[in-house]
Order: sequence, then structure tokens, then C-alpha cells
Amino acid sequence: MYNFKYQRASSLDDASKAAAAAEDAEYMAGGMTLIPTMKQRLAQPSDLIDLGGIASLSGIRRDGDALAIGAMTRHAEVASSEEVKSAIPALAALAAHIGDPQVRNRGTLGGSIANADPAADYPAALVGLNATVKTDRREIAADEFFTGLFETALEEHEIITEVRFPIPEKAAYVKFPNPASRYAVVGVMVCQAKDGVRVAVTGAGPSVFRVDAMEKALATKLSPQAVEGIKVPEDGLNTDIHASAEYRAHLVTVMAKRAVAAAIG
Amino acid sequence: MSATGIGAAVRRKEDYRFLTGNGRYLDDISLPNQSYAYFVRSPHAHATFTVGIEKAENAPGVIAVFTGADIVKAGLGGLICGWVITGKNGEPHKAPPHPLLAVDTVRHVGDPLAVVIAESYAQAKDAAETVEVDYQPKAAVTSPTAALDNSAPQVHADAPGNLCYDWEIGDKSATDAMFNKAHHVTKLELINNRLIPNAIEPRSAIGDYNSGTDEITLYTTSQNPHVARLVISAFVQLTPEHKLRVVAPDIGGGFGSKIFIYSEETVAAWAARELKRPVKWTAERSESFMTDAHGRDHVTHAELALDKSGKFLGMKVSTVANLGAYLSTFATCVPTYLYATLMQGQYTTEAIYCEVKAVFTHTTPVDALRGAGRPEATYVVERLVEQAAREMKMDASDLRKINFIPADAFPYQTQVALQYDSGNYAGSMDQALKLIDYKGFSKRKEQSKAEGKLRGVGFSAYIEACGIAPSAVVGSLGAGVGLYESAEIRFNPTGNVTVFTGSHSHGQGHETTFAQLVSDKLGVPFDNIDVVHGDTARIPFAMGTYGSRSLAVGGSAISKAIDKVIAKGRKIAAHTLEAAEEDIEFKDGNFTVKGTDRTMDIGAVAFAAYVPHNYPSDELEPGLDESAFYDPANFTFPAGTHACEVEVDPDTGVVDIVKWVAADDFGNIVNPMIVEGQVHGGVAHGIGQALLEGCQYAPDSGQLLTGSFMDYGMPRADVFPDIEVATQVTPCPHNPLGVKGCGEAGAIAAPAALVNAITDAIGASNITMPATPEKVWRALNAAG
Ligand SMILES: Cc1cc2nc3c(=O)[nH]c(=O)nc-3n(C[C@H](O)[C@H](O)[C@H](O)COP(=O)(O)OP(=O)(O)OC[C@H]3O[C@@H](n4cnc5c(N)ncnc54)[C@H](O)[C@@H]3O)c2cc1C
Repeated sequence: MYNFKYQRASSLDDASKAAAAAEDAEYMAGGMTLIPTMKQRLAQPSDLIDLGGIASLSGIRRDGDALAIGAMTRHAEVASSEEVKSAIPALAALAAHIGDPQVRNRGTLGGSIANADPAADYPAALVGLNATVKTDRREIAADEFFTGLFETALEEHEIITEVRFPIPEKAAYVKFPNPASRYAVVGVMVCQAKDGVRVAVTGAGPSVFRVDAMEKALATKLSPQAVEGIKVPEDGLNTDIHASAEYRAHLVTVMAKRAVAAAIG
Repeated sequence: MSATGIGAAVRRKEDYRFLTGNGRYLDDISLPNQSYAYFVRSPHAHATFTVGIEKAENAPGVIAVFTGADIVKAGLGGLICGWVITGKNGEPHKAPPHPLLAVDTVRHVGDPLAVVIAESYAQAKDAAETVEVDYQPKAAVTSPTAALDNSAPQVHADAPGNLCYDWEIGDKSATDAMFNKAHHVTKLELINNRLIPNAIEPRSAIGDYNSGTDEITLYTTSQNPHVARLVISAFVQLTPEHKLRVVAPDIGGGFGSKIFIYSEETVAAWAARELKRPVKWTAERSESFMTDAHGRDHVTHAELALDKSGKFLGMKVSTVANLGAYLSTFATCVPTYLYATLMQGQYTTEAIYCEVKAVFTHTTPVDALRGAGRPEATYVVERLVEQAAREMKMDASDLRKINFIPADAFPYQTQVALQYDSGNYAGSMDQALKLIDYKGFSKRKEQSKAEGKLRGVGFSAYIEACGIAPSAVVGSLGAGVGLYESAEIRFNPTGNVTVFTGSHSHGQGHETTFAQLVSDKLGVPFDNIDVVHGDTARIPFAMGTYGSRSLAVGGSAISKAIDKVIAKGRKIAAHTLEAAEEDIEFKDGNFTVKGTDRTMDIGAVAFAAYVPHNYPSDELEPGLDESAFYDPANFTFPAGTHACEVEVDPDTGVVDIVKWVAADDFGNIVNPMIVEGQVHGGVAHGIGQALLEGCQYAPDSGQLLTGSFMDYGMPRADVFPDIEVATQVTPCPHNPLGVKGCGEAGAIAAPAALVNAITDAIGASNITMPATPEKVWRALNAAG
């Protein structure tokens, strides 16, 4: 790790001012991705601005027909929250299967989506549940938020403050974990809400994506059989030492089928 | 049986210290005025280079920067391989130089070429980035079979064709004759995947120099500190043996990877003398991945010839073994004398021939890893046997039974040099069949089917050769060392006992097992016995721990020392009790005059020996302190049958292990709880190999693709089923304890059992380890 300056911001304003003033600032949430990257000397920010002291960034609250979850809320809090478990059990279950207890106690919703790892679980939740990302500057629809491999719509030094998840009628997330890292090789969120059915896939491609054909089929009938015959094209899917594009394409169908079964179960 | 004697499931003494955070692992040690080393390593698999160190020398906190040239200038030798294999052509293997720091060529990713020593670790690491290395990358080869290609890049100029040796064992023409008259021949192409050892404690060392005595102390994560001292003194020629002390304190796991003598530890010892300051180095986890000697990596073609009734007539095996870029300390004996000599398995196969080509590649050196050669052999034999049963439409357990060496046929001379001393293979098979409820399997298969799952069962009737010995035989086969073990039993005047053992405990629980042994035989309370190991200044010269040898060889040495203590104690008691020596009986810690109540306990005898006021001083020296060396007459041959059942999810290819039974024969057992733990650990290791673990290199660039836990699949607890362990006791006839060894058995047995079960479930003839979901899914699709 190279030397850096550490600052703990006490307000959003404080944080963005500090970031603007620094040569090359990086916000820090739980440090679960950032710190290992710095230890491997792959990142070398001049200043680390810790968001951990900004109370308004943490917490889970009911907001009309949605759940609003602060950017600094830890995975473990989402997993164990009674509010989340009763309103969107699929989201609590998703959070409960991220990494290991240490990671869940440190890792945050905001950090996960800002990082936009292609194998992360939360992106499927945001897109699948049709969430909205709130920042210190604006609101961004989940569909517009994830723009590519480790890429988001965030501008320089923009801070995610919370994510608003509309409460669905039915939803379930099923993940095929990477045997080594336990990130998603493929993860599928299936959700039925007032405005329709969504199928969001993480892990399979460079960034989370929706499967239009499955959404249409499920809109007609929300049953596992509806998606059974629908295969996503393997073109453009990830291939690595753990799974080929062909296998990932196959898994999308299998996981989607299982997610539908779980959602209606 | 007493509560703490032989056979008792005594809780481990050492665990209090470990569980309360009071273990003293290497990185826990820090010396005054200590400096820190960081190694500059090649990012390329193969390159020539020049190096500039001026900038680094002037970086903040830097004390010194050394390169390969400095090592040469200092007159130090390179690392050696301690076992010379003689090939088919009668020539010794090729052993190209293995410099401590590369001089002009690097041969694998992670190959060290310079070391920066600074006031802090961070400074050393920062400065290492300023070492200017100008690399000329060259083509690399990582696969063992590709390395034999005429056009393959050459790893060493003095090993043409990348061949280290081409070796054979067994009777080729007799084997061919058997194949000519065979009714059926089963053939398999097998890959034994490359594994990264991943001990929980990374390698670490502190070199410390005392200029007053000219003595170097090397604290190091070693399974065999005396062997490290011998190699560093006699071959690297750092300093004479009596001026080098090697200390291996609590060590967090080895699995073989800490047998070997590596560059970093040796350089730390040397640099400490150069700088007259302690030098500490601790591997980062990525360095462990890149530089701890890897294991396995075989490509094998194997054939089994059977007659009409299913009797095994002959076996032919041809293996290419990857040794990596340099010969690690015992690399050469692993795919030969620890592998091909086990091709007899548990069977009466009439003729066997095995040839092995060992090759250099641009990869991390490969050496012994838990099981070392024997898992590879068991995998070959047990995959062939199971596949033959399927092809011959015979029950896999029945086919084994008609071929087992019968229990009354021991000693049994194999076709591949070894002589098995004892065994009851059918007994273990029957135990396994019962435990797994083999009769109920077809019903369970139906149930699984109804739930959309494919169920399979697999066996592995393994055998291993442990406690490698005797010294004269291994010497004649090319070993550079003897393979005995040493022990000393030292009574203290107040009657408690310190046991010094040459074996080294790095997770095995020796402090408990050996104390049980001594307590049982000498009648001294368990808590009054301490076991000392891991320090060349305290223990006699010794060979250390690997190959499941500690109890069979190290324990036998302790047993011999105990006999000497009793013999001397008898003399002292005879004198004190005024009786003839022949009339003194020793039992449960008491020396008694036969047929009388005149008695003296061993504590009183020890006191008399150290306060010899009334003592036979003209015949006997004072003191009660005896040492012994034990050189076994033969290997020991633990064996048994493991059986497992899996359920495969046909939609994803995910394998769920639902049942595992281990029916082992380890001879006599000192601590059944520790044995069970060793079996569990071994099975976990084997399941890891079969299902998850697999070191991968990019074939063109030679980059390590599985360089962290993000990509290298270490098994976790949720992968394992309950493991049922049962033992049968067929004592080893040639060591005083009748014990055989248990530390590697699970790792040897498990891969074949699991792959047999998976292939059974999916109806495929073969699948390459690790059997990842995608591979299983593909095999399932291919099988239709
Ligand atoms: C061992 C391990 C296993 C894991 N397994 C999984 C898994 O199974 N599934 C999964 O989805 N994830 C997994 N993760 C990732 C984990 O869930 C974390 O969410 C992720 O690492 C981000 O960590 P963090 O929240 O601590 O953010 P940090 O590491 O602190 O930050 C990550 C990035 O986000 C930026 N950032 C953080 N907060 C904000 C904000 N509010 N606004 C703008 N930018 C911000 C930072 O500047 C930084 O660039 C795993 C991580 C580890 C270490």
C-alpha cells in the first residue's frame, strides 16, 4: 500500500469538498474492495475520504410503497432487517449470501453498486426490483445506473446517498456461486410488480442486464415453464477459468427458472 | 487402558495454547533491531534480464539490496535436490543449477532475483519497486506434455528436451505377455491436477547472527529443521553445521510444502550475517501461491488387462510428471519411488510396468504434497479398477474382492519393488460396504431420481507406503539422506519428563500422542510429560515429519528410548531394593521385586539417579536420560477402503457429496480422536483436489491464473458431508508399536472415490479433476 491521507467526513458536504480539494480522492465505505486493491498497489489514491461518519447515509426505512436503504448500510443489516425481510424478503436473502460474515459486516450497498463488479449480487437487485439510486446531486434509475464493466453513471466525486427499492408483489433471487470466491457466476432476480415483470441477470455479462424474452413470457404466465425454453445468446457473455459463456448462458435459464419457482413458491 | 494412555481419545495438549492465541508462530517472533526483507520477483514465466539497484539502495530506510551476483560473489551454492533418480539409460537425472537468486534468467512467475532489506517492511516493499529490472521475455511452456514437444521452449540449457529423467520400473515383457492373453483391457487417460498447498501460516523466516560466537540462528517454518540445517550448511555452504541453529517453532500447517529448503529462508540467514542484524521475511499470501512448492501435475495413460473372470493380469502405466522450473528438495522421488511402487494397489495383479518421464516447465517447482505420489498411484489404480468393473459389467466391490491380496498372503512381494508387511483388505472393504449400506444404494438411487437428481457410488481401496525406509534401501535408490528418526527421554530429578523428538508437529498433535505413549509405557502422569521438537539446538539430529512417518518412525524411536530407560531403571531399583536385576518387574510405573510388595516408583528411581547417594556408582552412571535412533526395517502399509455417494444436479452439474465412509487400517492407534481428525483433514484435502482445487497457468504467457483465493477453489466446510470413520487393526509387524501412520490416507483415498462416484452418477467413463460443475454438465451432455 502506498501512503495516503485519511479523512473522515462528517457530512455529505464535507465529503465532497474534501474530494474536490484533493489531488486524487477516493471515497471509502467498508473498504472491502478498496483496501485490498490498494494493498495490491492497483489503486493509489492521494486521499481516502471515509464516509463512515455520515450518519444520514446509514439505515433502512419504509418510504411509502418503497424501502429506502442508505448507501452506508452494511449487507448484514439488510440481511437481518425485519423491515426488509417482511417487505422484500428476496433482498434480505440476497444480502445474506454475499461473501462471508466479515464481508457482510463491513461491505455496504453503496460501495457494492459504485464498484459495479460484474459478479456482484446487488446490481441484479437494483435492476430487477426497478430501484432508484439517489446521490448528492440527482436520482438515477437502476436501468441507467450500471453502464458497463466496473462502470456506472456516477460522475466524478458524486456520492450515492440511498437506494429506493419499490416493494414488489413477488420476487426471488437465485445465485450460482463461484466455487472459489462465492461471487455470482450467474445470479438472477425475478420480480413481479404493479408495472410488470422484470428479470435481471448479474455475473453472466460484463454488467447486469435484463432478459426481455423472459419478461414477456412471464408477463403472460408467471411459471417456471414459461422461461424454460428461453436461452440468452452466449455472445458477449463472460468466459473465464470458472465458466464458459456457453455454460453461463445455460445457467441463466436454470437460475431464472428456479427464481420464478421461488418467487411464486 | 488408562484415561490418558495408548488408545485413549485424549484432548490435545497443544490446543489450549493455540486456541487462546498463545501459539508462537514464526511471525509472532520479533528480534531487537530486526530488519525486513522483500524479494523482487519475476512477473514473467521466462525471461533474461539485467538488474540495476542504485535507486533502490538510496531509497528511504534501505539497508541493503542484494542480487544473484552478490550471492555468487559470496561463494554460496545453490539449492539442491536430495534424491538422484537413475533413468532407463543408466544415467543420473538432470539437475540444473537452482540459484538462491536468479542471475540472468528467470524461469517462473515469482522466481526471486533480488532482495531489498530495509528498516521496515513497507520501506523494503516500496524500494523493491525502484529496483530496475530490464526483462527480455522469452517463450514459456507450462504443460508437462507440451514441454516434451521438439519445438517447446527450453527451460534449462543442460536439460535437453526439458527432460529431467525417463525412468521405468517393473517387467515390461512379462506385462506385455499378460496383455497379449487378456480377455479385456481397460484404458484411461488421466490427469492428476496441480495443487497449491495453502498452509494457513505462510512461509516465514528470521535470520539472526551472533558475531561473538559466529553463530547463525535461522527461525523458519520447517517440517524438518535438521534437514534444513544440513542442506544449508553442507550444500549451500553458508556456515558449518555447528555454527547454524535452525528453530521451527509452532507451525501453522505444512502438508509437505515446508519440508523443502527454499531461497528466501536461506537468503535471510545469509543476509543477517552480512548485515549483522536480524533479517525477517514473511510471505504474503500471493507469494505463497507463487512460490510454495506445488503438488501433483501428472498426465497419465494407464491400462489394465483382465481375464474372463475379472482377475487382473497386468497393468501398464505411462506418466509425464511436471517438476516445474527447478528441482525442489525431494521432487524427483515423488513421481518414481513414491508413485510407481504403489501400482500393485491391494491386488494380486501378476505383472506391472510403469514408466515416468519427468519434465521441466516454466512453472513453480513441484514436490511432495500430502500423500506425495501415493494419491497419484491410487488414482490410477482405483479409477482403472472401477472403470474395468463397469466395462465388464461386474460389481465394483466384487471385482476388487476377487483380486485382493488375501489376508494370509503376507508378507507379499509386489511386482514393483515393495514388500507389503501386513494387511486385510477384504476386511476394510466389508466394513465400508456395511457403513455405507451398499445394499440400500439402488433404493436411494431411485429416491434421488424421483427428486430429479443423479446418484452415484464410488470406492477407493487405497494403499500407501509410509515411514519411508530403511535407510540402506533408500540410499541404494538414490536418496541423499537416511530415513531414521531420533528421540531422547529425559527424566528431570523431580520425576517429570521431557521428551525430545526429531519429528515435528505442525498440526498433527504430537505433543499429545507422544506424551500418551510415554505416559502409558513409563507410568508417568500425562500432565508431567512435555514434548520438545523443532530446534536443532535442543533435539538430536533427526529427519523430521512427512510421509506419515512421525508415529511409526519417530514414535518407535521414543519407544526404544523408553526401553532403555526401563532397563536402567531396573538396575537402579535392583540396587535400592537389594534384589537381583532379573527379579525386578516393571509395571504401571512401578519397579517391584517379583512376588513381594517391595516396590519403587519410577519417580523415586529418577530421584535416586540424580541424587545418587545410595547408588551403584561403580556400574552405573548417574542420571536417567536415554536416547535412541530408530531405522525401520521396512515401510509401513496403511490401507483401507473409502466409499462415497454423490447426488448430481443434472441442470447445473453441481455435485453434492451426501455420504462418506472411511474404513481404514492404521495398525494400532494411540489416540483415536486425533486419528479421526487426520482422516477428516485428509479426506477434505482429497475432496478439494477432486472437486475444487486446480492450479492453472495461462499456456502462452505462463501467468498464474489461480493466484489468489478468488480464483483458487479452496474447499469450505459446507462442501463436506459427515465423514464416518471406522478402523480395523492389523498391526504393523516390524515396528515396536505396531503402528502404520494416518496423516495422508484421506488425501490418498478420496479423489478416486469421489471421481468414481461422479462418473457412476452421470454414466461417463472419465472426468478430469477438479470436477467443476461445468465439466460435469458437459460430460453429462456428452453422455446424452
Ligand atoms: C472476500 C469477499 C467476498 C465477497 N463476496 C461477494 C459476493 O458474494 N457478492 C457480492 O455482491 N459482493 C461480494 N463482495 C463485495 C462486497 O459485497 C462489498 O460490497 C464490496 O467489496 C464493496 O465494499 P465496500 O462497501 O466496503 O466499499 P469500498 O471498498 O469502501 O468502496 C468500493 C468503491 O465504491 C466507492 N464508494 C463506496 N461508497 C460510495 C458511495 N456512497 N458513493 C460513491 N462511491 C462510493 C469507493 O470509492 C470505491 O471506489 C465480496 C468482497 C470480499 C472482500
